[in-house]
Amino acid sequence: MTIEVSDAQLVERCRAGDAEAWNELVDRFSRYVYAIAVRAFRLPEHDAEDVFQDVFARTFERLDSLRDDSAIRPWLAQLTRNACVDRLRAGSREQPVEEPLTDGLDSQIEQLDEALDVHEGLRTLSGDCREILDRFFAQDESYRTIGEALDLPAGTVASRISRCLGKLRDHLEGRKPPSAASSGM
Amino acid sequence: MDPLHEERLAELLGALPTAPAAWVQAAKELPRARRQLDEIVELARADAEFRVQLMADLESALASAGYEPGTALIEAVRARLPELR
Repeated sequence: MTIEVSDAQLVERCRAGDAEAWNELVDRFSRYVYAIAVRAFRLPEHDAEDVFQDVFARTFERLDSLRDDSAIRPWLAQLTRNACVDRLRAGSREQPVEEPLTDGLDSQIEQLDEALDVHEGLRTLSGDCREILDRFFAQDESYRTIGEALDLPAGTVASRISRCLGKLRDHLEGRKPPSAASSGM
Repeated sequence: MDPLHEERLAELLGALPTAPAAWVQAAKELPRARRQLDEIVELARADAEFRVQLMADLESALASAGYEPGTALIEAVRARLPELR
């Protein structure tokens, strides 16, 4: 059974020096920070890496200044936006670009927020469901690759993806309590 | 959130790519790296002999003191102890 730890609880534990909580915080938000840098701001990988490390370093240093522990996500989003803007400005000084900032940034970050909600919903599913959905949708692996990795026929992979997606949808729409983690696939 | 059609759900699942594992690992190691850096700086300020060793050969001095002298650590020590630059 997955024990849900809220963002606020996680922040509180990080602030108390809990190393496992810090690992969990990085795991929970690494995709989000990465996606803001490479998808919303379209930074090249080497700049995105600097932003990524800078954001988590600042998070570690400034966690005490976070006034509302449950607001870690928007706080991280703002830290990442600022770091990306700084990076773009620094780059444009060296090599001027026509449009230093991307249009529609707010709507893109809004979409990433929605995507993070969906990923957080994944935590309520079984480990098998999380893995198969992540492999297929986030890592873009084929049925064949997943089947080989998990030792499953391609047809079974397809049906499990469909079933797990259904469970995730049910959870996100609030049709069922988040008990799927204890019921396997 | 609007009722989620599976296509939309799939799109959202794919919208957050996995960050490179090495970046995630480096971020996880931040607290340990910071503690290590604080120890080194404290030792350098308290121990004149260690400070001299650091100034003579930073990498070897760190290794002799039991630290893994990676690039990140060396740069961080230099940044905290400007006399080593």
